Amino acid sequence: MAGHGGEGMELSSLQDLYQQVILDHYRRPRNKSPLEDATHSLTLNNPLCGDVIDLMLRLEGDRIAAVHFEGKGCSISQASASMMSGVLKGRTVPEALQVMDTFTRMLHGDAAAAADTDLGDLRSLAGVSKFPVRVKCALLAWNCLEELVGSDTSDS
Amino acid sequence: METPDSVSLTAPPSDYDVERVRADFPILGRLVHGSPLVYLDNAASSQKPYSVIQAVDAYYQEIHANVHRGAHELSIRATEAYEGARAVVADHIGAASASEVVFVRGTTEAINLVAWTWGAAHLGEGDEILLTKMEHHSNLVPWQIVAHRAGATVRFVDVRPDGSLVMEDYDRLLSDRTCLVGVTHVSNTLGVVNPVAEIAHKAHEAGAVCLVDGAQATPHMQVDVQALGCDFYAFSGHKMLAPTGIGALWGRKEVLDHMPPWQGGGEMISEVRLDGFTSASAPHRFEAGTPNISGAVGFAEAIRYLQRIGLEKIHAWEADLTAYALDRLGAIDDLEIYGPRENRLGVISFRYADIHAHDLATILDQKGVAIRAGHHCNQPLMEHLGVDATARASIYLYNTRSEIDALVDALGLAAKLFGVT
Repeated sequence: MAGHGGEGMELSSLQDLYQQVILDHYRRPRNKSPLEDATHSLTLNNPLCGDVIDLMLRLEGDRIAAVHFEGKGCSISQASASMMSGVLKGRTVPEALQVMDTFTRMLHGDAAAAADTDLGDLRSLAGVSKFPVRVKCALLAWNCLEELVGSDTSDS
Repeated sequence: METPDSVSLTAPPSDYDVERVRADFPILGRLVHGSPLVYLDNAASSQKPYSVIQAVDAYYQEIHANVHRGAHELSIRATEAYEGARAVVADHIGAASASEVVFVRGTTEAINLVAWTWGAAHLGEGDEILLTKMEHHSNLVPWQIVAHRAGATVRFVDVRPDGSLVMEDYDRLLSDRTCLVGVTHVSNTLGVVNPVAEIAHKAHEAGAVCLVDGAQATPHMQVDVQALGCDFYAFSGHKMLAPTGIGALWGRKEVLDHMPPWQGGGEMISEVRLDGFTSASAPHRFEAGTPNISGAVGFAEAIRYLQRIGLEKIHAWEADLTAYALDRLGAIDDLEIYGPRENRLGVISFRYADIHAHDLATILDQKGVAIRAGHHCNQPLMEHLGVDATARASIYLYNTRSEIDALVDALGLAAKLFGVT
């Protein structure tokens, strides 16, 4: 419609934000089910928008044997949790926290972090950095992770 | 984009010059992400016309001093401006006198004031507060807090799927244990207009007082508190063209007169001794501290602005625009609108395919279209409707059909990005 154009930068930013891989994780979330033998679990919500993530981990020693989640919310919060469940499985807690650090830096626009292949599918969320109010959506599941295991390493 | 066949072909009211109205609002001329701003978040807060901005500006440039304090010229002029604003607000809502209007920060503070003063004086063990399931958190949480302290119970009138109140439920729950009935005049999520006169009448028959949350009503319709027959009416300035941080609580004189003070401090006293104080009479009893004088001045000008255009004309314009929006949105496949078709104002909550409301809001924003996404401070109602978030477009006097078209176009972009067909 005339007068409501602007399909340049805005559209490409949106296309970056809503890549197919993100929509795929949103619509077919991986590991979105209860984890019967979870050793750690935590539910966090974003009170401003109502997004909810219930993160469940099974730790075997220092290793994350399984990551499941349940929740509801926008494509970014749910896709981030789904991607996280795949990327973190089998890693040690310090490795997982390293991924979290890289991922967080990527969301704040760090190009080197966005190039780190260690992030796997999570790299598709790099476009969130152009939408600062949505960073909290992408971090909701990771806030659960940090509260659950973040202090384990700093204590030791 | 072509207009679907189902869209009403009635013309918008011809005696309303929307372009002239728009010219009064400087912010409407700006671009957002390269597109003209399409502001459809009016239920959250309205934009401000020049005359309101200028009234606040002129107050600070020419008048400002503290009120009710000094004998000097500026203090006298500031007091006149502040009390004059109170008279404008009182007259606008049909209050019996200006002393029935308490200036507050907004609707939330107005309801908290009633909860903490009227509630503290009247609520006891076993008493009941009767609300509805569609109340905004600000007409719910204050009552939960004071009920807990008093040992009272909060009960809720049910809401039908179309957003109307189940009045049989109201009749059933209303009893001699009911001390206060609290109801919103217009739902901030569904736009439905509640039968508050009937609700107030029945509350009085049961010996209860009635508080009406008018935050979503006063911007769009002429409200007469005496005709409604309630005891308290709470509303915000910022949703009706005034600055933020100013609102009003109207209370029936005989009810206000029997309420204890709320916050203590200057302004609210008549005499202070070291062993106690006597409080001022209403409304000043409830206005401790230096008030929002410039806000009150802006509030009065906002009301004058609405009166110059005429709330009937505004209402007719918005009714047409609401019908147009419901038609255009309703014609989109897999878009579900919440709330009734009739007996509603232009607050339109909807869900579109499997696109989450936050994602919709982000995409629309990139096209300059501002809507609200989320639970709208209405979580129990959302749960009742079985949704965790909705998108909400809400219209006001400066919105146009072409802006609704822009909303629909932007939804088309969302569909494209999400692969919705």
